[in-house]
Amino acid sequence: MWNKIQTICVVAGLGTLTLVAGCGKAREGITMAGSTAFLPFAEKLADQYMMTHPEVSITVQGGGSALGIQTTLSGTAQIGMADLVKLPSEADALKSVIVARDGIAIVVNPVNPLTALTMDQIRDIFNGKIRNWKDVGGTDHPIAVVSREAGSGTRSSFEQILGNVALTDNALIQNANGTVRETVAKDANAIGYVSHGLISERIKALAVDGSPCTEEAIMAGAYKLVRPIFLLSKAGARPACNAFLEYILSPDGQELVHKNGLIRAK
Amino acid sequence: MKFNGEKIAKYSLMLVAFSALASLLLIAVFILKEGVPFMFKMGLRDFLFSSNWNPQAGKFGIYPMIVASLYVTFGAMIIGAPLGVAGAIFLNEFVPKPVMRVIKPMIELLAGIPSVVFGFLGVMVLAPIIRSTMGGPGLSVLAAAVILGIMVLPTVISISTDAIAAVPNSYREGALALGATRWQSVHMVIIKAARSGIIASIILAMGRALGETMAVIMVAGNTVKIPHAVTDPVRTLTANIALEMANATGLAREALFATGVVLFVVIMILNAIALSAIKSRVHKK
Repeated sequence: MWNKIQTICVVAGLGTLTLVAGCGKAREGITMAGSTAFLPFAEKLADQYMMTHPEVSITVQGGGSALGIQTTLSGTAQIGMADLVKLPSEADALKSVIVARDGIAIVVNPVNPLTALTMDQIRDIFNGKIRNWKDVGGTDHPIAVVSREAGSGTRSSFEQILGNVALTDNALIQNANGTVRETVAKDANAIGYVSHGLISERIKALAVDGSPCTEEAIMAGAYKLVRPIFLLSKAGARPACNAFLEYILSPDGQELVHKNGLIRAK
Repeated sequence: MKFNGEKIAKYSLMLVAFSALASLLLIAVFILKEGVPFMFKMGLRDFLFSSNWNPQAGKFGIYPMIVASLYVTFGAMIIGAPLGVAGAIFLNEFVPKPVMRVIKPMIELLAGIPSVVFGFLGVMVLAPIIRSTMGGPGLSVLAAAVILGIMVLPTVISISTDAIAAVPNSYREGALALGATRWQSVHMVIIKAARSGIIASIILAMGRALGETMAVIMVAGNTVKIPHAVTDPVRTLTANIALEMANATGLAREALFATGVVLFVVIMILNAIALSAIKSRVHKK
């Protein structure tokens, strides 16, 4: 009796294993990892692509730009996502392609009467040199600076484009684009920066050096706070991987990126 | 074949029990292995007592975060401990048994509410109130202390009620027979008899408050600076790890493990004190 049960169990177990293995072989797996800013777009692109290409299975993971580069180098991920102004030297070994651009909007609370700042003013505010809104033409209130955690792709792009930023130690730190937006939307004296796609009516984007944070200004190159989004892959990547990259750069893929708030690569 | 269920059950249960122990051991070894070399590389003094945290520039001083963790934890205790102990006394001594049987499970339900929900309430309700009435950014030591104070209530109440319920009835009867009022018997006899259990509940709650992460990240503001007022934003040790772990590589990653070592040691000490407090209670009985 006992032996019989054992035999049944083993057979059933083996059967399940073979089934699982069979499924894994039928679909080609691609893993993407990296930038959390591009993550929602990558998920949408992957969903769309898998709809028309059922033979491919794409897994999208976050982890941050640094992790995206590392995992692609090590081969854990086939495609790395990085939203840095300049790729670090260890990414030289990888093939990189710009798939989209993202504006970094300087945002304040809608009740703030200010509509524009210069790059120098923004730098001084985030450095803690300017501490009151009246010094930049606003009302007499202290400025609450909101920034991102060290190592965030958005923060390092922001600081690299501005240059010479040593963030004031009074800054509030939030750990995502969305929570920066919430903080600014709730605090009348706050200033922060978020991805251009996250601007809503609850926060106000300021013009920087005279040009507003709009898609036209970003495309024309007038708005300066813009970062590219890179997808990285190894030189000898599999054909399925290259086909997916081609899809992202195709009019269809670019339209999807654009519809959800990023700027087309070109 | 002889079916030996008794033995199979015994060994499989033993295996499960040891796997829990083994995972604790593995976690401890891993954190220490990753974190301790870094602490000595940086120098203990520079790591523990410097206020300069800037991983990009190779500065790893966690002093402001140690201070922040202590402030927030003690703040939570100032709010949570009196409320919790008073609640436990009320439930045991002043409320009829059937009512207590309804209220106590409800308080324990509070422990099941995810911390992110507490954090969300803090951001949406508490922080704006603090900002408009007391100034500052709202996200602050005070907001974190209040939220944590509420979160530790179930821990304080349920362990304290157990301790108070364990006080023999003869103590109460004796006090009342000597002419003490109900309140006198509570604060002169029962609290004293249940003291070690109540202390244990507060220390366990401290451990919970110290280790809480999600709610604190949401309401504390995460500024790396020693606070000068309760309305100043702070970053605790746990928040530091969770905030920066996603992007940390190399030395910065080791620094986060070292932060974990500091937390680990503090929580171990707290737990050891709580355990010995509980043990001395059992001993007395």
